[in-house]
Amino acid sequence: MTDTALDIRASAGSQARAEALTGPNGPKPRPIISPRNIMIYGTLFVVSVYYLLPLYVMIMTSVKGMPEIRMGNIFSPPLEITFQPWVKAWAEACTGLNCEGLSRGFWNSVRITIPSVIVSIAIASVNGYALANWRFKGANIFFTILIFGAFVPYQVMLYPIVILLREAGLYGSLTGLVIVHTIFGMPILTLLFRNYFSSLPEELFKAARVDGAGFWGIYFKIMLPMSLPIFVVAMILQITGIWNDFLFGVVYTRPENYPMTVQLNNIVNSVQGVKEYNVNMAATVLTGLVPLIVYFVSGKLFVRGIAAGAVKG
Amino acid sequence: MTDHAITSVKVNDVSLNFGSVEVLKQLNIDVHQGEFLVLLGPSGCGKSTLLNCIAGLLDVSSGQIFINNKNVTWDEPKDRGIGMVFQSYALYPQMSVEGNLSFGLKNARLPKEEIQKRVARAAEILQIEPLLARKPMALSGGQRQRVAIGRALVRDVDVFLFDEPLSNLDAKLRSDLRVEIKRLHQRLKNTMIYVTHDQIEAMTLADRIAIMKEGIIQQLDTPHAIYNKPVNLFVAGFIGSPSMNFLEGELTNGAVDVGGTSVSVGRYGFEPGNENWSGRAVLGVRPEHVIVLNGVDTQPFSFDATIEIVEPMGADTIAWTTLGGHSFTFRADSELNLEEGQKIRLGFDPARASLFDAVSGERI
Ligand SMILES: Nc1ncnc2c1ncn2[C@@H]1O[C@H](COP(=O)(O)OP(=O)(O)OP(=O)(O)O)[C@@H](O)[C@H]1O
Ligand SMILES: [Mg+2]
Repeated sequence: MTDTALDIRASAGSQARAEALTGPNGPKPRPIISPRNIMIYGTLFVVSVYYLLPLYVMIMTSVKGMPEIRMGNIFSPPLEITFQPWVKAWAEACTGLNCEGLSRGFWNSVRITIPSVIVSIAIASVNGYALANWRFKGANIFFTILIFGAFVPYQVMLYPIVILLREAGLYGSLTGLVIVHTIFGMPILTLLFRNYFSSLPEELFKAARVDGAGFWGIYFKIMLPMSLPIFVVAMILQITGIWNDFLFGVVYTRPENYPMTVQLNNIVNSVQGVKEYNVNMAATVLTGLVPLIVYFVSGKLFVRGIAAGAVKG
Repeated sequence: MTDHAITSVKVNDVSLNFGSVEVLKQLNIDVHQGEFLVLLGPSGCGKSTLLNCIAGLLDVSSGQIFINNKNVTWDEPKDRGIGMVFQSYALYPQMSVEGNLSFGLKNARLPKEEIQKRVARAAEILQIEPLLARKPMALSGGQRQRVAIGRALVRDVDVFLFDEPLSNLDAKLRSDLRVEIKRLHQRLKNTMIYVTHDQIEAMTLADRIAIMKEGIIQQLDTPHAIYNKPVNLFVAGFIGSPSMNFLEGELTNGAVDVGGTSVSVGRYGFEPGNENWSGRAVLGVRPEHVIVLNGVDTQPFSFDATIEIVEPMGADTIAWTTLGGHSFTFRADSELNLEEGQKIRLGFDPARASLFDAVSGERI
């Protein structure tokens, strides 16, 4: 009796051991079609369609001729591809008396964006560096005011700035607009740079001071070389922000200095003649091309910079 | 140290507040020329803060700092004649090792040949010549710390400041570099101020140790004096591992009554003027001063104990017992094969012990 009981126990033990060897091993297999995967990929699909469909419609419409557009079917691909609307949008479309197309607005935008981006980033990075590393007297007050500045609605400032620019003799000029963009970019950019520089090890800064580097020496030789990601983030934010700006462009410049967005609006909303949907679509895509290219070229660096600096307080 | 030694660094009545928090309180230290001074204390007691004040990286709230008899309280770090080594190495990541070493010299606008000469010398002393072209990323922790020391070395200064330079390294490397720092000090004979919270580092490196607590120097003395004659309960408990046994009791007529057991302290060397002290006192006995088995009976005080816990450490064994209701540890040779529950006779010499006022914590 006791013998059999022992036997059973022994065999149960070896069975358990065999099970341990033949049981689950390696990564747990996951079915490809599972509720979880359906949810994830379904959501991703819906979201991409949501964003890509308008782009698809725009591009398709922009390469169709007007007769084809009048037939409807906005989703169908063009029967006959034509680039005439693109040429027209770039070089011939009229706004008011002027018939130079978007090209003039494009060059205006370039002349606004480049100096605004450079000047605002240059100033903001030095601000952020000073705030993060050189705890000067009044730094906290300065910082509070700056943060407050980030939350002031633009509308409140519109008219006072018109007056200021007029008094300075800059109203309507590109310089005036560059100054406005630089000022309005300052709070958020300074915050961005301050947080990034604060996340760099403080001892590095101390070591550089012991090594006799001054304010600018540390900035250029120690901080700048370590900050490429955050500069890319700032550049993307500024290029897209300033390029896409409409309000400041229309308020602070004269018609011959209008940026591309304002010009696009004027082309699309012009009331004379028939609505040329293909030209409008081409003009819209052209205007959006710059930010789009910036994103594509620097996407990876952008993500890295955001992860490195922007999250940490 | 003699009274005539030349003062290299003098900290005079320095206080430092961060807002309303007093981190350093009227601190005074004189460091002699060529001395190796270790600042030792628990985390957050203000060691780094003091070092930063000496380096000029923090402005003091009040007081003065002298280096080589020059008042440098308002001077920039670079003008103070100091080199500093940080815990996190703080190497400039985008520069090569050579770039790191020469950065300070370039800022000082030294001639090229002089820079090369000094970098070569530092690299030779620290044996980092093969690494000169590498970036810090491509170095091991020990190599990085050597480069960091090299960066202080090339500056050719009189005073070196170290802020826990070894605490990021593993135990083996730490003891290797510890010896190297000692060798470096013997070779260069600079003044060195060294912050650590590792007592072994403090004991092995220091000419003198300053024990800090909450921004106040508790005791500034040689390692021997700090170990054998701690001035108060904090220092006594902080130095030594395992820490000192504290037996509290009433001190009357040259004997402490520890939970019913009378320990005669007749042979104890009282501080001048305290010979007839009486009241609540704490008798401090180092675990390594306890005698086991052989020679127990020649000790002025001995008692029977039962071993409760045994902690084998390899070379020796720490055993836990009780004396008069107080937990009492002692260190014994591991060859004795002590066992839990074993009865054993222990003895010690009160002359080697310390006595403290139980209320104020001061040595008596
Ligand atoms: N910038 C600061 N602002 C406010 N308080 C600070 C600041 N820097 C340090 N402290 C406080 O000062 C005290 C001393 O800090 P310190 O860094 O000198 O300590 P420590 O002795 O070096 O400690 P550890 O051994 O952990 O390095 C701490 O209580 C700390 O919280
Ligand atoms: Mg510290």
